[in-house]
Amino acid sequence: MRVFRLNVNGDDLEVAAPAHWTLLEVLRYELGLIGSKQGCDKGDCGACTVLLDGSPVLSCLRLAATAEGHAVVTIEGLMPMHKARGGDGADVVQDAFDRCGALQCGFCQPGMMLSARALLNENPKPTRGEIHDALAGNLCRCTGYTQIVQAVELCVAEAAGVEPAQPAWSADANGKKV
Amino acid sequence: MAARDIHGPAPPWGDEFQVIGKPHRKIDGLAKATGHAIYADDIQLAGMLHAKTLRSPHAHALIRSIDTSQAEALPGVHAAITGKDMPVRYGVIPWTPDENALAVDKVRFIGDEVAAVAAIDEDTANAALELIEVDYEPLHAYLDPVEALERSDPLIHDTKKQTNVSKHVHLDFGEVDAGLEAADVVVEDDYSFHGSTHAPIEPHCAVAQFGADGLLTLWSSTQITHYVHRALSSVLEYPAQKIRVVQPCLGGAFGGKSDPFSLEFCVAKLAMKTGRPVKMLWTREEVFYAHRGRHPMRLHYKTGARRDGRITAIDARILIDGGSYSSFGLVTTYYAGQLLTGPYDFPAYRFDSTRVFTNKPPCGPKRGHGSVQPRFAFEVQLDEVAEKIGMDPIEIRRKNFQGSNTETVNGQRVTSNGFDQCLDKVETASDWKTRRGKLPYGQGLGVAGSMYISGTNYPVYPNKMPQAGIQLKVDRSGLVTVFTGGNDIGQGSNSVVAYLVAEELGLAVEHVRVVAADTDLCPVDLGAYSSRVTFMVGNAAIDAARKLRAQVVEAVAAAWEVAPQRVRLIGGHAIDLEDADRGIELREAFHLAEEKFDTLGSTGSYNTPTLGGDYRGGTIGASPAYSFTAHVVEAHVDTETGRITARKVWCAHDCGRALNPMLVAGQIEGSVYMGIAEALLEEHDVNRFGLHAGPSLLDYRMPLSIDTPEIEAFVVESIDPEGPYGAKEAGEGPLHSSIPALANAIHDAVGIRLRELPFTPGKVLRALREKQAPAGTESRAAERV
Repeated sequence: MRVFRLNVNGDDLEVAAPAHWTLLEVLRYELGLIGSKQGCDKGDCGACTVLLDGSPVLSCLRLAATAEGHAVVTIEGLMPMHKARGGDGADVVQDAFDRCGALQCGFCQPGMMLSARALLNENPKPTRGEIHDALAGNLCRCTGYTQIVQAVELCVAEAAGVEPAQPAWSADANGKKV
Repeated sequence: MAARDIHGPAPPWGDEFQVIGKPHRKIDGLAKATGHAIYADDIQLAGMLHAKTLRSPHAHALIRSIDTSQAEALPGVHAAITGKDMPVRYGVIPWTPDENALAVDKVRFIGDEVAAVAAIDEDTANAALELIEVDYEPLHAYLDPVEALERSDPLIHDTKKQTNVSKHVHLDFGEVDAGLEAADVVVEDDYSFHGSTHAPIEPHCAVAQFGADGLLTLWSSTQITHYVHRALSSVLEYPAQKIRVVQPCLGGAFGGKSDPFSLEFCVAKLAMKTGRPVKMLWTREEVFYAHRGRHPMRLHYKTGARRDGRITAIDARILIDGGSYSSFGLVTTYYAGQLLTGPYDFPAYRFDSTRVFTNKPPCGPKRGHGSVQPRFAFEVQLDEVAEKIGMDPIEIRRKNFQGSNTETVNGQRVTSNGFDQCLDKVETASDWKTRRGKLPYGQGLGVAGSMYISGTNYPVYPNKMPQAGIQLKVDRSGLVTVFTGGNDIGQGSNSVVAYLVAEELGLAVEHVRVVAADTDLCPVDLGAYSSRVTFMVGNAAIDAARKLRAQVVEAVAAAWEVAPQRVRLIGGHAIDLEDADRGIELREAFHLAEEKFDTLGSTGSYNTPTLGGDYRGGTIGASPAYSFTAHVVEAHVDTETGRITARKVWCAHDCGRALNPMLVAGQIEGSVYMGIAEALLEEHDVNRFGLHAGPSLLDYRMPLSIDTPEIEAFVVESIDPEGPYGAKEAGEGPLHSSIPALANAIHDAVGIRLRELPFTPGKVLRALREKQAPAGTESRAAERV
């Protein structure tokens, strides 16, 4: 056991855990931040992605000790940070994922949304190719990635004040008597 | 009888909807987006122990003895269990109970569960596994299904017929031989479909708690709460009334969580033994070995057609590699033949389908259970028929379209059918007429069509009770709570239930709460499989809401002293259709109803009508409604490297009415992705020792966003006469034809017919070489024209 001094979602915390535990284990099983998911425990799936000093990292491949001295943001941090900036409800990325239907089982999405958040922080107007590249560390088994990319593009379009592109199915849905 | 009521596709107030048909958010979307949703591994209970499983290192062996004493003596270990603790066999299909929670006397694949321990943490549990001594007597291992078919010593299971055959089905409809004789064109060939697995991002996890009052609670990442409840009771030999099974939020399943699994029994037994909560979380490697994925199949098809394109007969022979246990195999063996009989009409059909046991991870139902493989073979063959008679591949599919309100050659009732519109959609969107056959060498377009069930008309254990049940509870705040046994596995079924109840009662969706998949709280539902949830649970939800609606309308009408026909529940209000000034909030309308009828609540249920052909097995594949799909795929073939890229996929799916078109599109896109993935990248295979070839998400080559084609989804609405507001399934159908459409696109691109999946660069290069070889040496296909 050892004590880890971590900065997580803006809070300075001290937590005791086995010295060999990964950041993911400490987040999930000691701090109760269960939003970060374990899909493979070997760096293949990206479900455990958190932001370390703003950059997406795989928390299952990182010893908790190596996160000391860095700012960690988990999925639970996005909404409070958004509210602290005067925003309403969830972070725009979280909201866009929900509005676009990108959250099917939702298990991969905390990592996916943090990768998207990091991308938009760095590059507010990414191209579709840049979005694909930024999300290429996160596996999703449900969506075929289509609605995920749409969600990121929705964030980009709304930030720029332009109409987002409409998917093919919506033409049928809109033309129908409802 | 209410349970068998069929409400028809239109709501009682006309055909306009407030909620249905719109791209609403999912009711649990924001909880998932913010990390607040609770999945099985997120459950942590005070004093909880962690369990691990010892697995067989042999593909096939007898167990002479197991000694757990050293493991139990390790500090921190609280209990160890073996097959002797739970000798009762189970199987999701009650006719084939051939599984044990832990092996009793033999192991049948590398990874078969042998013992389990519970300890203070995972590291201690893993250390304890090392101390368990098992004495095995290795047996001959079957890794080739043909060998397993021909040889019966040793037996993998002690079957009645003393063979390694798991199930054999032979069915014959119409005059097949005469049909083939009368054909102008006959194409006959062999096809091979490899194994693939579900790989949900959430690994299986189960947590059990045993109370001093004898109540056993199991939280499990399952898609079949009710069947797990029954299996636990039987295997633990413990009364079902004292067991509660809860499905927390589920991180993907695709059929991979639709069997009862060893870990569910083990954590339950260990919790009962120790009196402490016990969790088991499988590693990714364990998930690969647990499998229950797509069956590898070797398929032989022979199709005859006239010069005008009409199919005269189909003759199919299918060998199915079942792996080590039955799972849903009985159904798989039927589905492999039974589900081919649409969207095309043909007068004669014969199939002979055999599932054999092998010493590999057990196969089961993966998205498009049993019918994706035959669909691949047939749709590729149909393309070849079109080529031989010089007909456009879309045209031949139109020519054979069975239409709506018809009966298939194997006696299945087909009602709504929008397949022709699906073909129109993908033809136009892909610019088929100007591009197909005219793209530069290396690029091509291919088409395929398919059909799938919206639920199956019999439960896995025979009974006459409803297949889906719903209960509604009304709060005086105006909130309605829906209790459903249905399993939301990410497809959004809880949201669908909320939309339907909101529509019927005129509520905003956020004023409907859904409590699901908890055997203590919710009425029985059979679970999320065979694409049954929207159709069956949806119908039950409408049934329940319509009864409650009638009470509310009656109470309001009585208070206003008007005829009930004048009262409409809409937009959070009860309004008088003939007096624009009169209206009250729904909350107040609920109060009036509660005053008049006492505590409000209602139940609804659904059962299928009697369906199916009049022959043994005729009900398997019978569904109250069928969905239809057409795909066009644009493929690019790199003739230097043999690498295939699916650039773009157009998929049109007839889902009846789209209750939420955004969720339907999500199901279409996810299906297309998964189909293309297994065609090009993924393979679930074992090596010559029975070891998995690459049990990790990296080695399994699951596609990233950059590997996934651009997908354009189209929703075709045929409005089914019996679906909830006319809805049918959307979760499985749109996978099927993606794979043959890709194969047919490759043919359009470079002129090769790939009949063996997956389409790896090596196979492409070999086929290209064979094509360039001198005429006469290339023909391996037995074709006659």
